[in-house]
Amino acid sequence: MTGEDFITFEGVHKAFGKNVVLDDLSFSVKSGERVTLIGPSGSGKTTILRMLMTLTRPDRGVIGVDGDYLYHEKRGDELLPASEAHIRKVRQRITMVFQHFNLFPNMKVLRNVTEAPIHVLGKSKDEARERGKELLEMVGLGDKLNAHPSQLSGGQQQRVAIARALAVDPDVLLLDEVTSALDPEIAAEVLDVLRDIAKTTDTTMLCVTHAMKFARDVSHRVLMFNEGGIIEDGSPEKLFNEPEHERTQAFLRSVIDET
Amino acid sequence: MNEVFDWGGVWDAMPAMLDGLVVALQATLIGYVIALILGLAFALLRRSGSRWVSMPVGFVVEFIRSTPLLVQLFFFFYVLPLIGVSVSPLATGAFALGLHYATYTSEVYRSGIDGVPPGQWEAARALNFSRRRTWTAIILPQAIPRVVPALANYVIAMFKDTPQLLAITVVEMLGAAVAIGSETFRYSEPVAAAGLVYLVVALVMAWLARIVERRFGQVRV
Repeated sequence: MTGEDFITFEGVHKAFGKNVVLDDLSFSVKSGERVTLIGPSGSGKTTILRMLMTLTRPDRGVIGVDGDYLYHEKRGDELLPASEAHIRKVRQRITMVFQHFNLFPNMKVLRNVTEAPIHVLGKSKDEARERGKELLEMVGLGDKLNAHPSQLSGGQQQRVAIARALAVDPDVLLLDEVTSALDPEIAAEVLDVLRDIAKTTDTTMLCVTHAMKFARDVSHRVLMFNEGGIIEDGSPEKLFNEPEHERTQAFLRSVIDET
Repeated sequence: MNEVFDWGGVWDAMPAMLDGLVVALQATLIGYVIALILGLAFALLRRSGSRWVSMPVGFVVEFIRSTPLLVQLFFFFYVLPLIGVSVSPLATGAFALGLHYATYTSEVYRSGIDGVPPGQWEAARALNFSRRRTWTAIILPQAIPRVVPALANYVIAMFKDTPQLLAITVVEMLGAAVAIGSETFRYSEPVAAAGLVYLVVALVMAWLARIVERRFGQVRV
């Protein structure tokens, strides 16, 4: 199931104004590991995903992805700020699914999925279309290839977004509260799709969610965040059944009735 | 003979005035194409990550927008020949008109670009698109339809500004009307007729703008 350390955070610090979101955080994720990040809102979970996606820069610290540094380049023994080209190269291995889907409204469904494979990965149009259709079939939208995103429901849009993310063959898939904007019933459909994906791939996943049952089903490991740091780190069985930290117990009590 | 209007001579003046109308339309059209392209270039350069690009461009744009078109017309009319560029007054006028209005259209483009939700930039980054591809495939195709109505309205404004080209010897419609007046010593009719033609053409343009707006101005969200 797991290999070497694939993602490493070392001494990562981030503050928005005076509000310290991540305080000297270090942790690592192994290749193929599926990790769920839980904790109260504002505890820095989403910031971690956004840093990995280079949407938010850390104030201090280094983030490693498979031996390369995301924001730094090694020159001899020195760590220098990375060039845009270097960041793009490392970022290539990571992609993200967002809370609000963020499909491209100016493109039909299939083109949403094929655009990056063609223009970023350099795949041929035929190959990208073939694979795009396959992925859309897999998320249950094989009949919506030529629809506009605006014609789809929220749940359908999110499933397209998942197909779009998988189409770039990511090593790391970041899921940022992907069902928080959906009705519970629709959310369950989307989570089922993700369960299937988790079962059939060895993609490393970092998942921020409030869907605890889903977290329990798919993750190898759960990290509990509070006030800028990780306060508990363990298997889902351990963390959900016998949480050690008082704060974890309180948090789980507050969310336990949800999916 | 002391009536203010005597329409008898106007019909004789019509051919010259229509020639003037063609000149005015040429200047508007060429100027408009320049304004559309240059305005977009200004908007993109002002967003450049490098301050060495965005600041000077911002300064130039503000400078041009804050000085009268007439001053710019004279400037290019007298300065271009000095630096070895000899083009017709009409070309000079169309360029100055286009440059002046590019500073307005660049603001229009900017508002369109700002209107694209941040999530679109983030998704583009998550899929690792190049800057260029992000602009051409994702941001501009969403930004431009939003501003088509505003851009279309500038055609009318530019057309109404073409009489200023008279200052650099371009005889468009008003120029033609005044020329006729100076021959016949009756100014009111040709000038009024010119005004009427401006009105008709501007109304036609507004109607066309409305059609363009309906056809392209739809944004799917």
